[in-house]
Amino acid sequence: MTSAQGYNFAYLDEQTKRMIRRAILKAVAIPGYQVPFGSREMPLPYGWGTGGIQVTAAVIGPADTLKVIDQGADDTTNAVSIRRFFARTAGVATTERTADATVIQTRHRIPETPLAEGQILVYQVPIPEPLRWLEPRETETRKMHALADYGAMHVKLYEDIARFGRIATTYDYPVLVNGRYLMRPSPIPKFDNPKMHMNPALQLFGAGREKRIYAVPPYTDVKSLDFEDHPFEVQKWDEACAICGSTDSFLDEVVTDDKGGRMYVCSDTDHCTSRQIRREAAE
Amino acid sequence: MNPLLKVTGLTRMYGARVGCKDVSFELWPGEVMGIVGESGSGKTTLLSCLSARLEPTSGTVAYDTREDGLTDIYAMGEPRRRMLMRTDWGIVHQNPRDGLRMGVSAGANVGERLMAVGARHYGSIRAQADEWLRKVEIDGERIDDLPLTFSGGMLQRLQIARNLVTHPRLVFMDEPTGGLDVSVQARLLDLLRRLVTDLGLAAIVVTHDLAVARLLAHRLMVMRRGEVVESGLTDQVLDDPHHPYTQLLVSSVLQP
Repeated sequence: MTSAQGYNFAYLDEQTKRMIRRAILKAVAIPGYQVPFGSREMPLPYGWGTGGIQVTAAVIGPADTLKVIDQGADDTTNAVSIRRFFARTAGVATTERTADATVIQTRHRIPETPLAEGQILVYQVPIPEPLRWLEPRETETRKMHALADYGAMHVKLYEDIARFGRIATTYDYPVLVNGRYLMRPSPIPKFDNPKMHMNPALQLFGAGREKRIYAVPPYTDVKSLDFEDHPFEVQKWDEACAICGSTDSFLDEVVTDDKGGRMYVCSDTDHCTSRQIRREAAE
Repeated sequence: MNPLLKVTGLTRMYGARVGCKDVSFELWPGEVMGIVGESGSGKTTLLSCLSARLEPTSGTVAYDTREDGLTDIYAMGEPRRRMLMRTDWGIVHQNPRDGLRMGVSAGANVGERLMAVGARHYGSIRAQADEWLRKVEIDGERIDDLPLTFSGGMLQRLQIARNLVTHPRLVFMDEPTGGLDVSVQARLLDLLRRLVTDLGLAAIVVTHDLAVARLLAHRLMVMRRGEVVESGLTDQVLDDPHHPYTQLLVSSVLQP
């Protein structure tokens, strides 16, 4: 596809991209630390991925291949719109295959296919501050980060166990990055948390409304918080994916009729499709 | 032996107005000091300065830390001061809502300090919370209830449990019985007196209620317009007041 006329490459002007890259460099240098940046007005509403889009615009080049997912799917409105946005403003190649992509912008999921060195995963973050619901004052949360004063986060987990008998937080599960900074991994299911640990790809997080960028560099230690007697666990399903039969991927529950019928399918559409293709090839 | 707290020439100004002026005293381990005076006399300002929450304009507050002996609390770094505040010190606010997290259960409130200093075993945190709730006479069954459902007296006791769980050596109390009715006050005072004796706590208690001061404090400081006008043993100050203001204060107490 040819790029749209009248726009700079990847929509943002070069000075803005430079500013965002500086913030990204700082974020990579201090894993998990939230770097403030001058977030721009983007041609889509806050909450639809303005942070992720700006980060992607700053790191993408003409030779890159872009994949965009929303809840694991390549074909949802948000994913389709953002993919087309970059296809038009930057003229880059797009793909739905995880292995072929060099830049992957994501909302709510990490792809099931393991990422490789050289790939960049860009997360869209609604609220970057992990301590926000515990401490409403920004000055105080910054101080808590500066002093690594993270006891309050465990109060929340304690409260979960006291009420539900287990840690009931299932998404946006707080992690400690590189043994230092507490970080919100954006609303990915805790199923995906272990994938962040020692991941060979570069992980960038952009929060447009809150004007923060943070990062997890390749091969960085990422630990999910827990208690010694209530260790961190991920979700499990009794069913396999109804389409591809996968037993080890994150499953969505889909209601199929009004008589209680439901099916479980992979949330990662690329994973599901490639498994089907492989199965058909084997038959 | 060192004093636990050594205060010299402590002054806090609010612009041209005086918060508290030229206060000096020493507090020894296990000693309970009362600060009395009318509203606006600088009691709470003094307490905030002493408990590292309000930087004084001049003067020093030195605390006998476990590692380095007497150290100026405003000269040490913020991390160290915070650590001190949550291990060695306790702060009981006049309004328990200021000192508690109202949105989380009683057990989590008591356990917070333990988690802040690194406890990561749910079972043992809960066991200690349970033990402390019982020590302050709160039914163990209420460990998972929100403080919102507690009465005023229970909130105050919960706040005390939350402060004492890390075995502090020094507790600051601002009007601990304020806003409670008389019978609840009496029970709370009983409890405080027992805890202070059992644990060998040192405490600084700010109050405008001379009866509270008489029951709890070994020594008394009387403040007026930011200055300490009289100090000495509690019984001595209350039974034989020297300063005219103290005489006025003692004589204004209603006798039922």
